Amino acid sequence: MVEYEAVIGLEVHVELRTKTKAFCSCPNEFGSEPNSNVCPICLAMPGTLPVLNKSLLEYGIRTGLALNCEIAHFCKFDRKNYFYPDLPKAYQLSQSDFPLCLHGYLDVETDLETRRIRINRVHMEEDAGKLVHGEGNADYSLVDLNRGGVPLLEIVTEPDIRTPEEARLYLENLKAIIQYLGVSDCKMEEGSLRCDANISLRPVGTDILNTKVEIKNMNSFRAVQRALEGEIERQHGLYETGESIIQQTRGWDDVTGTTSLMRTKEEAADYRYFPDPDLVPIHLTSELVESIRKGLPELPAARKERFMDDFGLPAYDAGVLTSSRELADYFEKCVSDYHDPKKVSNWVMVEFLRLLNTHNMEVRDAKLTPSHLVEMLQLMDQGTISGKIAKTVFEEMFATGKKAGIVVEEKGLLQISDESKLAEMVEAVLSAHPEVVEDYRKGKGKALGFLVGQVMKQTRGKANPQMVNKLLLERI
Amino acid sequence: MKLTREEIEQVAELAHIALGEDEIIELHNQFNDFIQFVETINDINTDDVEPTYYLLPLKNVWRPDQHHQPLAPDEVFHNTHEHDGGFFKVPRIL
Repeated sequence: MVEYEAVIGLEVHVELRTKTKAFCSCPNEFGSEPNSNVCPICLAMPGTLPVLNKSLLEYGIRTGLALNCEIAHFCKFDRKNYFYPDLPKAYQLSQSDFPLCLHGYLDVETDLETRRIRINRVHMEEDAGKLVHGEGNADYSLVDLNRGGVPLLEIVTEPDIRTPEEARLYLENLKAIIQYLGVSDCKMEEGSLRCDANISLRPVGTDILNTKVEIKNMNSFRAVQRALEGEIERQHGLYETGESIIQQTRGWDDVTGTTSLMRTKEEAADYRYFPDPDLVPIHLTSELVESIRKGLPELPAARKERFMDDFGLPAYDAGVLTSSRELADYFEKCVSDYHDPKKVSNWVMVEFLRLLNTHNMEVRDAKLTPSHLVEMLQLMDQGTISGKIAKTVFEEMFATGKKAGIVVEEKGLLQISDESKLAEMVEAVLSAHPEVVEDYRKGKGKALGFLVGQVMKQTRGKANPQMVNKLLLERI
Repeated sequence: MKLTREEIEQVAELAHIALGEDEIIELHNQFNDFIQFVETINDINTDDVEPTYYLLPLKNVWRPDQHHQPLAPDEVFHNTHEHDGGFFKVPRIL
């Protein structure tokens, strides 16, 4: 039986967080009233003249440099022609044969190895407007052109990705880099990061490029991975039964978890690109590019290394903490006031991320600040609260934004370290469970845990566990 | 170089123009006449000429990333009656 491998390339569109649109001075804002951020240029009124936003160019160069690309000395804009009501000019301003950035790469780490995914190109273009389709049998669609003309970068890989997991890792890494650069917030749910995939199969050990299928409409990294897994299975089935693959575009449906045919090659668009005569060509000097390179922030891979070197964190911790700039900043603020980075890392990675995910929140939305966490850790070190109680305190701080000391006081969570009081409870537990004591004496080590648990239960977790342990052992 | 009838039909389709049989024949002839006329340019030797992407002696024109006031709602819809709730209305797409 022939073994197949997947050949995957990804095309990512990122909406840039510039103040204004790509070619006019309208605000670039998400969520405004429909058609409130429009002007004669982005409404495509005759006789208007687009002018390039300098930030679009700079953000493009920053992104290209961070992705190890060559920045072109010459680039220009072209018209990509097609009719659709979300595009009032009937062409999209984009870059065809002379893109801003070429030949980069991004390394991703799978469980087995580091894989270098080559970047074919990064180019600048504008977004289209948004269509709202009429409800029910309405014979019209509604158009909002606020997004029309919003600056985009299109980032295209070579077909170097071999598994759906690698695709997801590439996207996660790319998103982290772009967020670190501060050029986009990369919110897939708001459409500021969008991904299409091209995929074909070939027998392992060959380097042929078979007929590929394009997949669109994937609305999360998870969806990308699932859609690719499904498409590998579909194409594999076709090869196995000797059927041929037809070049086509398929759309992902998140609800059914399947793709369906959108269009075949015969219906493929013909965009008739030509140089845009309104926009002036760009000649970039090495000085400009180098000055932008100097302003690049520390990127995720470098920060991960530093977290391992400076804080002695395991690679896994460092990877999770640096996966977003906000989270890494949060962690660094904590360790600047607390001596044990690994302890901070555990709380941030486990409890903090768990609560953020549960409540579908971003780091910046959290009421629990680094100083909250540091104070709580100090209370633990002083023996004021136990590790178990700390979890309760943490959740309460997360929910209310109250300081650790106040939560402990209000909820009566002070750790009980009063030896005579605990001794009394220990005595009571021992006399209530003579059979367990007997088990322990017969060598059943687990029995001790049960007895500790009983004391903890009576004190609702507030007893100092080390002390309970000690008192029990003294008396058994 | 000559355009085929299929190419004429494809161009018409891309332009969203419906052509009758007579029009296809007429345009096919006109297109080819025109292409033949323009082909004279191929006689010029351009071996030492850089490709032209832009006609004016300009480069690097850009603007600072600063807001201007967008249009007021009544100006946005000044040229159309087809709007509803702040949206433009177009014939149903999907």
